[in-house]
Amino acid sequence: MGIIKAARLIFDYVKHDEDDKGEEVNRAIDNVSLDIKEGDFVAILGHNGSGKSTFAKHVNGILMPTEGTVWISGMDTSDESHIWDIRKTAGMVFQNPDNQIIGNIVEEDVGFGPENMGVPTDEIWRRVDESLEAVGMTAYRLKSPNKLSGGQKQRVAIAGVMAMKPRCIILDEPTAMLDPNGRKEVIRTIRELNRKEKITVLLITHYMEEVVHADRVIVMDNGRIVMDGTPREIFSRVRELKQYRLDVPQVTELADELAEAGVPLSRGILSRKELLEQLVPYLKEQLGLDDKPAEAAENKEA
Amino acid sequence: MLREITIGQYYPVDSVLHRMDPRTKLFGTMIFIISLFAAENLWAYILATVFLAAVIRLSRVPFSFMVRGLKAVFILLLISVSFNLFLTSGETVWQMGFLKITKEGIRMAVFMAIRLIYLVIGSSVMTLTTTPNELTDGLEKGLGFLKIVKVPVHEIAMMMSIALRFIPILVEETDKIMKAQMARGADFESGNLIQRAKSMVPLLVPLFISAFRRATDLAMAMEARCYRGGEGRTKMKPLKYKARDRWGYAALFIYLAAVVGTRWLPWIPF
Amino acid sequence: MGIKVVNLTHIYGKGTAFQQYALKNVNLEIEDGQFIGLIGHTGSGKSTLIQHLNGLLKADSGEIYYNGENIYQDGYDMKALRGKVGLVFQYPEHQLFEVDVFTDVCFGPKNQKLPQEEVEERAREALTMVGLDESYYKQSPFELSGGEKRRVAIAGVLAMKPEVLILDEPTAGLDPKGRDEILDQIAKLHEQKKMTIILVSHSMEDMAKYADRIVVMNHGEKVFDDTPRKVFHHYKELEKMGLAAPQITYIVHALKDAGIPIADDLITVQEARDAILKLLGKEPGTYKDGKRLEKPC
Repeated sequence: MGIIKAARLIFDYVKHDEDDKGEEVNRAIDNVSLDIKEGDFVAILGHNGSGKSTFAKHVNGILMPTEGTVWISGMDTSDESHIWDIRKTAGMVFQNPDNQIIGNIVEEDVGFGPENMGVPTDEIWRRVDESLEAVGMTAYRLKSPNKLSGGQKQRVAIAGVMAMKPRCIILDEPTAMLDPNGRKEVIRTIRELNRKEKITVLLITHYMEEVVHADRVIVMDNGRIVMDGTPREIFSRVRELKQYRLDVPQVTELADELAEAGVPLSRGILSRKELLEQLVPYLKEQLGLDDKPAEAAENKEA
Repeated sequence: MLREITIGQYYPVDSVLHRMDPRTKLFGTMIFIISLFAAENLWAYILATVFLAAVIRLSRVPFSFMVRGLKAVFILLLISVSFNLFLTSGETVWQMGFLKITKEGIRMAVFMAIRLIYLVIGSSVMTLTTTPNELTDGLEKGLGFLKIVKVPVHEIAMMMSIALRFIPILVEETDKIMKAQMARGADFESGNLIQRAKSMVPLLVPLFISAFRRATDLAMAMEARCYRGGEGRTKMKPLKYKARDRWGYAALFIYLAAVVGTRWLPWIPF
Repeated sequence: MGIKVVNLTHIYGKGTAFQQYALKNVNLEIEDGQFIGLIGHTGSGKSTLIQHLNGLLKADSGEIYYNGENIYQDGYDMKALRGKVGLVFQYPEHQLFEVDVFTDVCFGPKNQKLPQEEVEERAREALTMVGLDESYYKQSPFELSGGEKRRVAIAGVLAMKPEVLILDEPTAGLDPKGRDEILDQIAKLHEQKKMTIILVSHSMEDMAKYADRIVVMNHGEKVFDDTPRKVFHHYKELEKMGLAAPQITYIVHALKDAGIPIADDLITVQEARDAILKLLGKEPGTYKDGKRLEKPC
């Protein structure tokens, strides 16, 4: 059993009418089973209303299943007695950077989680130092969160979760409200935590270019899992992705269009470098140009 | 326009007073205010003046900053001074129609003015030398004894601290919503009182909705970070009294004793 | 006639130690019917600039002319200007406040003191423009989806019948589906109603697809002002400003550097695909399994 496991999970949002008589049931998650290995970087993709955020809230015990079960490192989330252990194990970062920072000073916010857990003072300081270092925000530790950029605020939020020493971190659309630079900053931080600290990452997003480096990509639509595989496997099914109203990076789209037209390119190309490595030699051969290796193109990339 | 308002007017310099424990400063402010109202003769006011001057000196905050706080209470000052001036009975000095100024009235008005001015300056010294966070921490710990009588001290301190964090955000948001409604032709400036009050609806409704949304988000984020009230919580920055606080308390008690002692000093006619 | 901005300068915190130029000598001429993309990283002055165009902010120096009239001259009707230059703020759904969608959209035209009948007519028209039918009219705006809320908010500005529509990152926080819907509707307003559009966005791909002119702001100054093709040609300078060009631009530049005879001013996937297919002697267009599709999907 992996660190996160869901079995036949169903969740219904129940909306009551004004007079509290009639009710409308909305199935947000429809029979999802899933097992996530410790140490993996897993991305869940889907458009708004696909059920991906609802799923994320189950992992942290914020929502309870209508039917089925979710286990976090073996603990059933619907078991009240484990709720705080579950939240310690699976930390959560939310979408709006402003609405999850509690402290008036960066370092105090990072210390908030450990304080709640009753960690001794010396240990809190050690954890705060380490977490700020891990997200590269040490230089800002005495600043007010209101003075930071969106990307920096999200990194503080990530540090706040890291200070609780979780084994797994769930990020619910952490980049949706950021500009492109803030987005890059946050994704880079998450990748590093996964690589260096071996933290299991569950990234919920609708930006395809953010999942390129994941170990596993899950696509959700209408509350169900519709695709599940490595980024390469997922990205090779461009037309299917478009059908789920997801955005395919331009590189992948161009490679796919050319491949459909008969250019011999492998499917599921993820980066510019990869595309150029295959496209340049082929074009040279076809155009009868002298075949000096695609060094120039590669240098360009670097 | 709105974002120029700053709350928690902390003046960041390094001084003995800045480094003092917030509880000492809170307690000190309380003692000072009590002493002002207990003061009955000129000796006590001289003592208060010396004490305040010494504290201001120690704080290394420019005096002009202290006086700034007085602007806000100017109207209040004017009202209380005139009340005392005209409504105290005694030996008449000057009279015009029903307005009458007495000797006792002048004395009361002067004392009241001094009391209010010292009170405002005294509490400014505290807010200028204490960060809002220290202040909430100080309140939580300093008033911790109130927990026995079921006062939710931790919750109040947490609320204050969250309010401090969100005030600038909400101020900015107000500015933005105001502009957005102005772009739709809303007018917040002209019209009579009722029209103006009505024109606030397009501003206040979105603001409340946003505040509630933020509150829901924040509650969820706090729960996700294992927050469950003050019980069993540890502190990253626990408050600890140092030598300078002991000196501070000693100075305070000497001051208080001296003010009380003035009651036995010969009356200085005024 | 359009908008003409002359030597516009705006200073934050004037006279204090923190004095900072938000806009510095900006000159800009916007003709009727253009679709302009405005780009720049956070804090580059682009949001400050657009708030000047409808008079919400006042410049420290410089002039703005709307249809030839100086908006800073005495007695200029700012309220009328705000009806003509519609500004949709970032996350505009945060300004919704009425009990139902229809009443909220009526707010703008009502402020213009129009007769009730015309107010309602305009609200209906605006809601149709953003693709919301009558079934939405009586719904509470707070119970709609994120994308729908945003469309109601945009309709709230459209109901004032602006000649120029300025949108500050209208797609921020939306998923690709919601984003495409909003952008397609804006493009439609541009084509069918001949509305002048100024779109602030971070997505260079969207800019390449929709704008016919791009204005780049950096540190309060206008640095580029040209067609997307020419602006993206400066991709190296854009990167230094914390911006970028569409991915395709990088690919065609790399191909050209590798010695492939391809134009380096291509900015969309379709353009690049067709150029490469042409090199290979194939007919341009969308293919599936090696066959060319008559109607691209």
